[in-house]
Amino acid sequence: MTPDKLLVTLLGAALIIGVAWFFWFKRVPGVRAGIVSDGYQEAMILVKGGYTPDTIRVAAGRPVRLLFRREETAACSERVVLPDFGKSAELPTGTVVPIEFMPGEPGEHEFTCQMGMLRGRIVVEAA
Amino acid sequence: MTNDNAILLAASQTYDAHRRVASSAASEDRQAEYRALMRKWWFGAAVGVPTMILSYPWIFPVLRDLFPRGSQQLWALWALMGVASLAVIAYSGNQFFTGAWEALKHRSANMHTLIAIGTGTAWVYSTVALLFPWLFPAAEMTDVYYDVTVVVTALVVLGMALEAKARGRTSEAIEKLIGLQPKTARVVRHGQELEIPIDEVVGGDTVVVRPGAKVPVDGVIVEGSSALDESMITGESMPVTKGPGDEVIGATLNTTGAFRFRATRVGEETALATIIRMVGDAQASKVPIQRIVDRVSGYFTPAVVILAIAGFVIWYDFGPTPAFAYATIVAVTTLIIACPCALGMATPLALTTGVGLGATHGILIRSGDALQAAKKLDTIVLDKTGTITLGRPAVTDLIPAEGFDEAGLLAFAAGAERDSEHPLAAAVVEGAAERGLAPPAPDAFEAEPGHGVRATVGGRRVLVGKRVFLEAAGIEAEPLAETAARLADEGKTPVFVGIDGRAAGLLAIADPVKPDSREAIGALRKLGLSVVMITGDNRRTALAIARQVGIDRVLAEVLPQDKAHEVRKLQLEGRTVGMVGDGINDAPALAQADVGFAIGTGTDVAIEASDVTLISGSLRGVVAAVRISRATMRNVYQNLFGAFIYNGLGLPVALGVLYPFIGLLLSPILAAAAMSFSSVTVVGNANRLKRFRLQEAPA
Repeated sequence: MTPDKLLVTLLGAALIIGVAWFFWFKRVPGVRAGIVSDGYQEAMILVKGGYTPDTIRVAAGRPVRLLFRREETAACSERVVLPDFGKSAELPTGTVVPIEFMPGEPGEHEFTCQMGMLRGRIVVEAA
Repeated sequence: MTNDNAILLAASQTYDAHRRVASSAASEDRQAEYRALMRKWWFGAAVGVPTMILSYPWIFPVLRDLFPRGSQQLWALWALMGVASLAVIAYSGNQFFTGAWEALKHRSANMHTLIAIGTGTAWVYSTVALLFPWLFPAAEMTDVYYDVTVVVTALVVLGMALEAKARGRTSEAIEKLIGLQPKTARVVRHGQELEIPIDEVVGGDTVVVRPGAKVPVDGVIVEGSSALDESMITGESMPVTKGPGDEVIGATLNTTGAFRFRATRVGEETALATIIRMVGDAQASKVPIQRIVDRVSGYFTPAVVILAIAGFVIWYDFGPTPAFAYATIVAVTTLIIACPCALGMATPLALTTGVGLGATHGILIRSGDALQAAKKLDTIVLDKTGTITLGRPAVTDLIPAEGFDEAGLLAFAAGAERDSEHPLAAAVVEGAAERGLAPPAPDAFEAEPGHGVRATVGGRRVLVGKRVFLEAAGIEAEPLAETAARLADEGKTPVFVGIDGRAAGLLAIADPVKPDSREAIGALRKLGLSVVMITGDNRRTALAIARQVGIDRVLAEVLPQDKAHEVRKLQLEGRTVGMVGDGINDAPALAQADVGFAIGTGTDVAIEASDVTLISGSLRGVVAAVRISRATMRNVYQNLFGAFIYNGLGLPVALGVLYPFIGLLLSPILAAAAMSFSSVTVVGNANRLKRFRLQEAPA
């Protein structure tokens, strides 16, 4: 194997490992939803190429209000779905859309765009 | 907890109000998106055509002489193309780069990532080759690929535009429902008829509906009558005649009569608003199979990036010369051909279309789970009363004995029964009224529970009841016995009438079978479903009805509370059971079944226990619901199959696995065309569902 080929092979392997690590081995602590005056746990989520923050931590047994604000026109993110809570909403660009639900048992739930391309997590923790 | 729920309820109402606005806003968003994408496509195409030609000037006779290889002119021309293609990236392709960057910030990757890396790599390679040709060992490696950047961008943008337009069409159904809502209502306030905005109508208002006008909200008729076209809500094409006491549904169309009604459900509580909400939720829910797909697509895009890198390395190490150029092209083609979109859209689009199709026919499918379950059904359990039959006993036969006529028989029987509280008595009184008879008022009414009634009607002594009841009074009923037995065999209840000590004849009372039940049950069987009838009636009546409608398995004498248990027993036989019944009495059985169909719900569409709500009372709705589920799931599988096959074949070919055998290497431009085509095909296939014919063509 010529030196250039060896270099390309090694670089390629390193890049593959890097890509796999970067996309698949992420673990973010997430943001804890704050409690507002009407008793809800509330968090604001920006929808732009993904959900920011994409991990929301909430306490079990207290209603949650997620406020989605979409700031892009790409059709991909026009709907957000919380399959485990049977909730979904259209997100018109530039409008704050609330989604409310009651988290029951501690556990993890996903929220995604309708195509499942953008993903976020709701981590329900024991109150 | 209760307090929390109250908060949730109040909040969800504001949210629902918001949603209606959101839906039309989303549709405007989509149109704006389409127009923007089309502008981007035209710009890309306009730059793309000359770029394609001028990238290979040596192919064309005149250009060959004007721009010979290695000449200053050609270098200048390519430099110009480099600038032009940068403009295409910046204008037509900017969403790929911003989208990829936003995703990258979330450590995730999507279609934008693939296209951005693909087109970006082609542009950077070309520009480096142009500006620093000495970096490359061979002259032929310094050819530029600006055409890849420009044409791929243009084609993918075109695909996205077509997709945006077609996706708008998949959600047309819900927009059509929203459009049904009337804007104003005529109500009576302080004795005056006023036209007010629909939002200001409150429960209890008296609403005036003129001929040809829409019914603004849900309510109950208090005065007048008319035929109403309810097809937009129930799916029933025939207008329904309604009068005082009957329920009217908001958004249905009055034909020629005029009436007034009392508003019962307004605003977000109307049937229409509930339907819109349910359809929206169902369309956004997930078909169970999609959870698997979601898992795959979560890994898909990064996996494609990895494949592209691996492809580059393999082609660089083992490929033909110029290795670097080949390796780059293979990597770019791999990135571009992969279509995560087709995978992601396969189920949601079919679900949206299928649920929408149902809604426009009065069939509300609650969720993707219900849809997938309905497709798997092999047994349908039909509740008898109110489902197969009308649920309202009526006089079906009048058999006068010699010396009496039908009208007289019924009039005297109705007179005697007028003050009775027996359920069958109501059928007799109503039967007389329907035939325009005015029975004289009874004197000396006396009821003997379980046997019959005795009264003096118009001066004559009338007995109505069982045979033994007449015989106990010394009336010879034997001549009617044979007819009575025949009526009982037909599933009807024979009632004996005696007048002035003589047997005057028989009335038969039955809960009539709905006109289209037989046809619908036949259609269910044709779909390969075994049909079972369940009822609290005695076996003889039950079998008679079953014979009439063509059912061979009957579960008779089942107490209401045991229906769920019977459904469970069928499930233990290994059957996947759909239960059809009313949403209230049959709720436990509906919930027990794999799919619960609540039938004939009228304005009460949000039946918790049901997976499928059939607004009209016709069993044909069950047939349609099963057919829609099957067609939708077939569409889902077709789309998924297509998406998997496309990616499964496209990726290896792009990586060049065919090159060693037949020398085939895909061009990135062809890959872009294939990618756009594949996602447009998925959308097109989902749209095809809309043309699905619900009713079999009439023979």
